[in-house]
Amino acid sequence: MDAEAVVSEDSCPDRKRRVHGMLKLYYGLNEEGKAEEEEQSLDPCDINGPHFDPEHFLNKLRRECSLAELMDQETCMVKQIRSLDSDMQTLVYENYNKFISATDTIRKMKNDFKKMEDEMDCLSANMSAITDFSARISGTLQDQHAQITSTPGVHTLLRKLQFLFELPARLNKCLEMQAYAQAVRSHRLARCVLQQYSHLPSFKGIQDDCHAIMDKLALELRQKFRDGGSSAKDLSECVELLLQLDEPAEELCDKFLSHARSRLESDLQGLEAEIRPYPSASAVKDASVRGLSSPASTGSPAASSPKASAIFSPSSNTDILEFIDRGCNEFVSSLCLVITSYQELFVSHAQTGELASKNIPQMANAKLHAFVDDLAARYFSLVERRIQEEKGVGDNSLLVRALDRFHRRLQAVTKLLPGSSVPSKGTEIVIRAATERVKQYLAALQSFYMDSLTDVRQALATPRLSVASASVGGGGGAFWERWSEQPARAGSPSLSASILNQIKSVLASVHLFTAKDITFSNQPYFKGEFCSQGVRESLVVSFIKFICQSSRQFCESSGDKGGSTPPALLLLLSRLCLDYETSTISYILTLTDEQFLVQHHSPVTPVTTLCTEAREAAQKLLNHYVKVQGLIISQMLRKSVETRDWVNTIEPRNVRAVMKRVVEDTTSIDVQVGLLYEEGVRKAHSSDSSKRTFSVYSSSRQQVRYAASYTPSVPMDTNLLSNIHKLFSERIDIFSSVEFNKVSVMTGIIKISLKTFLECVRLRTFGRYGLQQIQVDCHYLQMYLWRFVSDENLVHFLLDEIVGSSAHRCLDPAPMEQSVIEVICERG
Amino acid sequence: MEDDAPVIYGLEFQARALTAQTAETDAIRFLVGTQSLKFDNQIHIIDFDDENNIINKNVLLHQAGEIWHIGASPADKAVLTTCYNKTSDSRVVSCAAVWRMPCDWETGSNDSPDNSAHNPQTLELLCHLDDSPHGNAACVLWEPMGDGKRVISLADNHALLWDLHESSTQAKVSSTATLEGKGQLKFTSGKWSPHHNCSQLATANDTAIRGWDLRTMSQIYCIENAHGQLVRDLDFNPNRQYYLSSCGDDCKVKFWDVRNVQEPVKTLEEHSHWVWSVRYNHSHDQLVLTASSDSRLILSNMVSISSEPFGHLVDDEELSDGEDNHQEDKSKEPLKDSVVSTYEEHEDSVYAAEWSSADPWLFASLSYDGRLVINRVPRALKYHILL
Repeated sequence: MDAEAVVSEDSCPDRKRRVHGMLKLYYGLNEEGKAEEEEQSLDPCDINGPHFDPEHFLNKLRRECSLAELMDQETCMVKQIRSLDSDMQTLVYENYNKFISATDTIRKMKNDFKKMEDEMDCLSANMSAITDFSARISGTLQDQHAQITSTPGVHTLLRKLQFLFELPARLNKCLEMQAYAQAVRSHRLARCVLQQYSHLPSFKGIQDDCHAIMDKLALELRQKFRDGGSSAKDLSECVELLLQLDEPAEELCDKFLSHARSRLESDLQGLEAEIRPYPSASAVKDASVRGLSSPASTGSPAASSPKASAIFSPSSNTDILEFIDRGCNEFVSSLCLVITSYQELFVSHAQTGELASKNIPQMANAKLHAFVDDLAARYFSLVERRIQEEKGVGDNSLLVRALDRFHRRLQAVTKLLPGSSVPSKGTEIVIRAATERVKQYLAALQSFYMDSLTDVRQALATPRLSVASASVGGGGGAFWERWSEQPARAGSPSLSASILNQIKSVLASVHLFTAKDITFSNQPYFKGEFCSQGVRESLVVSFIKFICQSSRQFCESSGDKGGSTPPALLLLLSRLCLDYETSTISYILTLTDEQFLVQHHSPVTPVTTLCTEAREAAQKLLNHYVKVQGLIISQMLRKSVETRDWVNTIEPRNVRAVMKRVVEDTTSIDVQVGLLYEEGVRKAHSSDSSKRTFSVYSSSRQQVRYAASYTPSVPMDTNLLSNIHKLFSERIDIFSSVEFNKVSVMTGIIKISLKTFLECVRLRTFGRYGLQQIQVDCHYLQMYLWRFVSDENLVHFLLDEIVGSSAHRCLDPAPMEQSVIEVICERG
Repeated sequence: MEDDAPVIYGLEFQARALTAQTAETDAIRFLVGTQSLKFDNQIHIIDFDDENNIINKNVLLHQAGEIWHIGASPADKAVLTTCYNKTSDSRVVSCAAVWRMPCDWETGSNDSPDNSAHNPQTLELLCHLDDSPHGNAACVLWEPMGDGKRVISLADNHALLWDLHESSTQAKVSSTATLEGKGQLKFTSGKWSPHHNCSQLATANDTAIRGWDLRTMSQIYCIENAHGQLVRDLDFNPNRQYYLSSCGDDCKVKFWDVRNVQEPVKTLEEHSHWVWSVRYNHSHDQLVLTASSDSRLILSNMVSISSEPFGHLVDDEELSDGEDNHQEDKSKEPLKDSVVSTYEEHEDSVYAAEWSSADPWLFASLSYDGRLVINRVPRALKYHILL
């Protein structure tokens, strides 16, 4: 087909076809492959397939198709072949036409190129001529060009020179106009040049002039700086300019600081003036000045309550919050301002500029620190003085708020001046103030406790007088009972409750120090040590110890006379201490621990120690109470025995008044103790513990003993019985420790009283009626006292001893009939 | 080291008065005076045989009345004073007298011990120390270490200094001192100081202790409220001239430096009832004996205020090897005041206790029921003090 195409110069449609075929070739396909490509078939019967086998195809057709079909097939085949033939012819024709036209085109091109070659020759000749000309022109223009380029350089140089020459005048003008910044900028521009060319006389002149002017300027700046009237901004501008003028930074720092110092010191003086107790006139003036100078502070709560402050701290004119407010607003804020501007000027500014190399920031920082420390120290000393004046413990919130403000404001300093010791010192002050406060609270608690004791004492003392007079009158019983009921019943709970309330309120006050909204409460001190050592140990524990201590002192200092402390108070305190031991101490400490979330880093006093101490105190007080009451009754008995002439007394008709008094007193003591202490255990009474017992005791045992003592035969037998009795009875400790119950207390008192009675009786000599009187008295005591004691045998035994001893000491021992004794006692 | 058991002697009567026979330095001898309103009162002379632990008693009749106080002459073994109550016309009067024991009491009793109780000899009255305007005698004090020529009697609120003449058969008041004050003041007890050339006397009345200068018969010091209650007894430290002990109804024993009477130097509170008697040991003044109506006798070792506060200095060489370590430990220990021992042999109130004049390690105590108990200082303590 290719050959055909080459041979026949074809027309356009053919060419198309050819291109198509060439593409097919490029892809490795023949015309025949067309069918195969389409059907992908290896079927040899496919007439369009590449593996078409005519034989096979024919055989197949013959085998498979009927004649009619073959016929149809044949006609169809013929048709296809014909159309293919015509297609081929068309293609050949087309190709031929195209070939012809191509040949024509090539021929035409050949002619055109020949013409163009000639023209190109001509053009190159022309171009060389142009080059020649151009070279010649540039050769002539060379010189002028150089001249033109140098002219602008000269121009700028001239302008610079002009600037230099004009500089002095300009500077002067700036000086006149006080445009210092511009002057300095100008001078800075020129400075180097002038410096470089200073060997030239003209420049030297200019330089000198400039220097003179700049010196003057510097002088003026310094003057301005020194005057100090200018605002901070002006001031900083001044400093900036001066720095640019190469003024020594150190000197500037000093000047700046000294300037600031003078201002801050005036603030401090203002504060100091407030501390001094001024007469009220100056205070008013002060207040008005303050109102003018710091309108910002008028909104603060302190300023709005000047009257309240006068109550809490009468020694100074302003309350502490106001004072601290003023300190913060005036001193601390100015200080912060100074620090800020100073740092801007000398530290941060210098760090960026060329000054950084000269270690100026370090130097400046050191100076600043020294300055701040110095002033802050003075401020702190003032604040501390003021805080020390804060003695009243009425309202703690004011102080806490003041301290909080104080502390908060100092935090600003921390931010500005990270390495400064000022805030830590401020914290120390706060801590000191807090500890001092705790101490004051302890003192207040102690004095409150003593005051309430005095109150109780007075409450006890006033009705007692009436009792004394009433009992002289004879019918003091009702009074007596009322006395013992009233303060004892009201006293102990109210005393205990009021003390507890006081402790609670103090704890609440102290708790303000650790409130969440208080800045310094985050300090480790306030989280830890303040709670455990400060509040728990030195406030609560100390107070409890103080109570125990002072209670014990009552036992000692009340002296041996026993008269200085009312016994009821001893009893009351003993109950108080016992209550503390059983519940109050642990309650208070738990309360404290809860309120303050105490984390015990250091060892603290355990509850048990305090409880032991309280119990000891309670025991001691109760023992002392027993002793004192016993002694009071003893004293009555002793006087009654000692002052009577027992030999020459008359026949007993009555129980002596003193015995009635003893029973009355014992009863009232019983009531008194019963109000505060539980009944306690007593040995079971024998069924006949009242009169019958006594009659038995008196008639049988006693009679036997009298009988023994009368028998004149053997004096040895005198007290055999009593000795035998003693051998088998337990030894009685008279002044011994008692238990915390009524019976034990009463037993103690009665033991002491009866033993005294016994000893006194032994020192006397009795007549017949003396003995009988003792019999009557003892019977009377027996009737009433047995019910108070834990073991009635004790009373029996002691009374036995008394009667026995008086029988021994009797000149004419003729005991009274038991029945008569009973009659007398019942009548009495 | 086991201590000897106490020796107990029972009197038939109740008794309060006890003294050591001061002039006797060889035999351990105590005198006890009885109290009986119905029978003749007696003075029992108790001899203690230390080696055999046996008591020998002799009884002398004291027919004048019941004896409240007894004192033995420091010079003459046979002479003694008593304060006694005499009942006459239903009045009770306290008297004081100087007596002499019959010279043959010892032989008589030894011959027939059985008879002594039934047929006792009687004391020979030397003289009465009576001065009726001055009231009832509470006690009679001999001049310590004197020649037995001077006694002081305390009667109501008077202190009378007597000179005894003609071998004590005559007594003359040489000077008197009177306690002035509100109310009825009465001396309860007193003690003649052995220091300052025996020129000082201490007396007790109510709660106060007073010192007197016998040369001028004027008060030299006064300890007001020395005790909370009545002061019952006092005694002078035999070796430290300004030290004085006292006891009283507040159950306390107090030690005083009379140069500073504001505060006691030391206070003991061991007894549970009134303390009736306090006695320094004559040789070792750290040993203090107290008797109380709680029926107890307490021996205390008051080293810190004794004249030997650092104990006896010991040479190591003197010690035997066996005791060496033990003793060294002891001497290094800080010496502390302590109760040495509490004696509970009595059943009734103990009103009197006395050290023996012959044996410094021995003492007697007397309770109201008439029981006399003789005890010794525990051996451990004795050796500790001695060595």
